[in-house]
Amino acid sequence: MSPRLRWRKFVSGFMLTMTGVCALVAVSVLFFILGYLVYHGGKSINWSFFTKLPAPVGETGGGMANAIVGSAKMLLLASLLGVPIGFLGAIYLAEFSGSKVAFVVRYAADLLNGVPSIVIGIFAYSLVVLPFKHFSTLAGGFALGLMMIPITLRSTEEFLLAVPRALREAAMALGASKWKTIATVIVPAAYRGILTAVLLAFARVAGETAPLLFTALGNRFWSPGWNQPTASLPVAIFNYALAPYEDWHRQAWAAGLVLLGLILVINIVARAILARGIAVPRA
Amino acid sequence: MAATTSVPSAGPIPGSRSFLTRLREGDEIARLTTFLFAASTVLVTLLLILELWQGSALARHKFGWQFFVTRVWDPIAEQFGALPFIYGTLITATVSLAIAVPLGIGAAIFLAELAPARLSDALEFFIDLLAAVPSVIYGLLGVFIVVPLMRDSVQPALKNTLGFLPLFSGPAYGIGFLTAGIVLAIMVIPYIISVSREVLMSVPRDQREAALSLGATRWESTWKVVVPFARTGIMGSIFLALARALGETMAVTMVIGNTPTISASLFSPGYSIAAVIANEFTEATGDLHLQALIELGLVLFLLTFLLNGVARLLIVVTSQRGGGTAQA
Repeated sequence: MSPRLRWRKFVSGFMLTMTGVCALVAVSVLFFILGYLVYHGGKSINWSFFTKLPAPVGETGGGMANAIVGSAKMLLLASLLGVPIGFLGAIYLAEFSGSKVAFVVRYAADLLNGVPSIVIGIFAYSLVVLPFKHFSTLAGGFALGLMMIPITLRSTEEFLLAVPRALREAAMALGASKWKTIATVIVPAAYRGILTAVLLAFARVAGETAPLLFTALGNRFWSPGWNQPTASLPVAIFNYALAPYEDWHRQAWAAGLVLLGLILVINIVARAILARGIAVPRA
Repeated sequence: MAATTSVPSAGPIPGSRSFLTRLREGDEIARLTTFLFAASTVLVTLLLILELWQGSALARHKFGWQFFVTRVWDPIAEQFGALPFIYGTLITATVSLAIAVPLGIGAAIFLAELAPARLSDALEFFIDLLAAVPSVIYGLLGVFIVVPLMRDSVQPALKNTLGFLPLFSGPAYGIGFLTAGIVLAIMVIPYIISVSREVLMSVPRDQREAALSLGATRWESTWKVVVPFARTGIMGSIFLALARALGETMAVTMVIGNTPTISASLFSPGYSIAAVIANEFTEATGDLHLQALIELGLVLFLLTFLLNGVARLLIVVTSQRGGGTAQA
């Protein structure tokens, strides 16, 4: 083997090893994050975290029950806004629309998907907070719902289009009307995919903080109804982590563990649903 | 990262019955209902642009283009210049790409070219999970893990070795441009890996075989044939990552130091566009202050809009050339 060839082989082996190192570093970040959160969060989490209100400033103890409920309420609102628009909009794109309208809708959805979340916050502020003159659960839910629309819409459309044409033809050959075909054949055939899309969109907005900063604001007490400022887990993490109290840092870790656990579990479940395949064999 | 499949599409069948029949059977109602929902997506997007434009009218008229080159940000004197924030945003994004691009592309090459399919899929699963971690969690780890690490070991070490460069001078606070850039890098790496991997995998197999049969080593075929073939798509992934880095709010706000300074030193605390909006929006002292912040939001929107557009174009062009089906 000539020295030149030996050198080239060495370079090849070295560089390929380096790419492996890069992959290892990238993936290990996930385990670092999980490790730190489980370690710090696990130490801090206890029953009162889930059941108590935040303690008054200066006292230790207390929990984040109001933030958990606040997050749940806003995610409910977000789903009520984002899922119908995303789902029905996707049905229009996949089943009814011509290519020009579809292009415009897709373009708008992709644009909306790329908007930085803080800008979504500004938008929700001027659209919901200013007219109502209130920071509120409603405004926070609206901001999160906006972010759910494009994610749900685009992936639901993909899954609807993946349903084989033969199924549609079969249903119509039996005399079913178009909407009956959609409701009884196409959507059931794509339901795993649609469920995955909705779950992933939900997980994505569950951790969003920036759009809540000036829509839901925050609250150290319960937030009755829908028109009051409300606490939420992500904003609580942000505020507690930057506060100068040791006990708050402890609670920030606990909240981080709960939030990340929730999001990762939803992600894994969503992918597991999809991995079991689309319910109908492809033609 | 939305879950997508790439199955050849089976389009709908065009209706052939008369309008009245379709109306009676509910087709037209379904069509109209779903159309309203689809149209509302477009409407919301247009409304967003309109709100940003109108909401910043006062500031745009008062400061004009001077807004982008003025250093002063003084809510009390009602003087608003965006330069320190634009500078901070660009510097942190540059630092993050300088770290994330080599690491991300390296990892993507490993996943697409070297790793057996099963290992590659397993690692991609972890990468997808990493992309799902919310930014406030990165911020939390940034505050409690990265900042002390930077202050106590990394920054002193850099100062001792490369301290003659203005980049690595000044006191080591832990917070600042460099730390924000590193946290951002960790956040955008999954995006670079996922997209680059797909693009690399869409490079036709005969390209590799041709290079290998001419006597190229495995690395030479990868680096001189496969990567150049996928070049535009990889560029697309980088633009996508850049758009993410520019618009990222929480993690940056928590570690950048929130001081509107322009300094050559990466150790210096700074500020970014998204961070100043996050910190000052609820406490804006007057209409002009609020409008200046909304104008910053408009700038951010336009930047990410442009970058995302370019990214999508580059990715689509490459995958079509390779005959593959990578999606942005």
